Amino acid sequence: MPNFLRESLHKRQTVLDALFRNLTRLSAFSVLALLAAIIASLVVGSMPAIHAFGFGFITSAEWDPVNDQYGALIPIVGTLITSFIALLIAIPVSFGIAVFLTELAPDWMRRPLGIAVELLAGIPSIIYGMWGLFVFAPLFADHVEPWLTENIGSWPFIGPFFSGPPMGIGMLTAGIILAIMIIPFIASVMRDVFDVVPTMLKESAYGLGSTTWEVMLKVVLPYTKIGVVGGIMLGLGRALGETMAVTFVIGNAHELNQSLLMPGNSISSALANEFAEAVGELYTSSLIELGLILFFITFVVLSLARLMLHKLQKREGHGA
Amino acid sequence: MTVEIITTPKLIVRDLNFFYGEYRALKDINLTIPEKMVTAFIGPSGCGKSTLLRTFNRMYQLYPKQSATGEVLLDGQNLLDKKQDLNTLRAKIGMVFQKPTPFPMSIYDNIAFGVKLYEKLNRNEMDERVEWALKKAALWGEVKDKLKQSGTGLSGGQQQRLCIARAIAVKPQVLLLDEPTSALDPISTAHIEKLIEELKKDFTIVIVTHNMQQAARISDFTAYMYLGDLIEFGDTSSVFTNPKRTETEDYITGRFG
Repeated sequence: MPNFLRESLHKRQTVLDALFRNLTRLSAFSVLALLAAIIASLVVGSMPAIHAFGFGFITSAEWDPVNDQYGALIPIVGTLITSFIALLIAIPVSFGIAVFLTELAPDWMRRPLGIAVELLAGIPSIIYGMWGLFVFAPLFADHVEPWLTENIGSWPFIGPFFSGPPMGIGMLTAGIILAIMIIPFIASVMRDVFDVVPTMLKESAYGLGSTTWEVMLKVVLPYTKIGVVGGIMLGLGRALGETMAVTFVIGNAHELNQSLLMPGNSISSALANEFAEAVGELYTSSLIELGLILFFITFVVLSLARLMLHKLQKREGHGA
Repeated sequence: MTVEIITTPKLIVRDLNFFYGEYRALKDINLTIPEKMVTAFIGPSGCGKSTLLRTFNRMYQLYPKQSATGEVLLDGQNLLDKKQDLNTLRAKIGMVFQKPTPFPMSIYDNIAFGVKLYEKLNRNEMDERVEWALKKAALWGEVKDKLKQSGTGLSGGQQQRLCIARAIAVKPQVLLLDEPTSALDPISTAHIEKLIEELKKDFTIVIVTHNMQQAARISDFTAYMYLGDLIEFGDTSSVFTNPKRTETEDYITGRFG
């Protein structure tokens, strides 16, 4: 190749390379820019409410559009409680699904079952909402809630959580529907990470005489904990922000009840329900501030998860 | 002339056949493994030596398509008997693998893991057991100040000795070593070989190895296998210096394999 040709080729490659590098950098930074823009617009939008109510917004349970008084306590509590119920149910069930799919199921069953779990994840949330409202809630009200009230309702401490009229819709129902929605996410992540555990590591534990249960709980779970916590966080993120299905079954009542059987509200369902009818600057601004709070909760939860992982690793001796 | 070694049989294999689905991987194996000696299985890849080893603790039972017929007697008791409880069997027969497999927990907990499955020891007794196992595995000096640190942070050779310590901590009678040095550097390999010499005072050791020199160096008895058949079995010096079968001789002298 003549020298001038090689030089021009070299030049062209340098230019293309620089172009490519800058393009990827632009894409990466646009994420940061978007994030900043969203936070900024939420903050700006909620300024009137922040000025009017200050920190009292978070601790006040009053939500009175007629008198223009707003407090976020009920939706915050609702969001946290429904998500907590969802995790409480979804984590053990997902673990069971993942253990069965990776360790116990016969070969011919693994693929179809695995695909079914993934399909469950693909069902639009509105369908969960409809199913929850029309099928699950009536069944729940007829068969489960009376039993709960009768048997657990009189226990000390946890009894009050399960008392009240069986209405079907409420916090507990919302939590259960959320659990069903996030199980496929957590289960498929758990299955994927369990699948990559070295066979020899499992055989070592079996070789010492461990049962499947001991191998999964004491060796496989610690080995895969980063992936597992990641999967749980993915599920929690979805549960915190899930709107449609929760709106259908939570009852949308601005009431603070100790009983989980009673209707309540979550941040996202309050937003979905009320944005269309929000009149006046303060009402809209309060709803936007609710959105900001949801954003903040998600952020804090994810940060805590990171911190927890870091601590776990440190305790194991990596960080020492 | 060969010197007769006086031995007590520990494991007796009778008419053992092994199947991966339809494929017959072991063919009518008959073999007696003597107590507190090192017995080596050698042979080319795929000859069935690891498969044979894995029948001794019934590891194959994890996989539904694998099965074995025949008998493996440990002190006269048939291990392949369906009534034989797997967990008690595995407490008697420890195993170490090709690659180090430390559990994702502290060095101390790695050792205590197996012990906790069978014995209720108080804090002091467990401390003593951990120390005993680590000393047996010639690792105590290197880790005694960092028992709380992760086992995965050790070097490859140390990890493998940790796995040996973990296996002997439950005080098994037989120790199965499946190519225990194949992932290690020469110095770590020498450590492990020296350790095996020590361990045979207390345990019956069966080792699978790709490395013929290793078999010659450390074993008292050697079994040469080929394509699922046990071709020759005898004391190591006669198998290596005066093989009865030409197949063995070809393999050992490097003409084949």
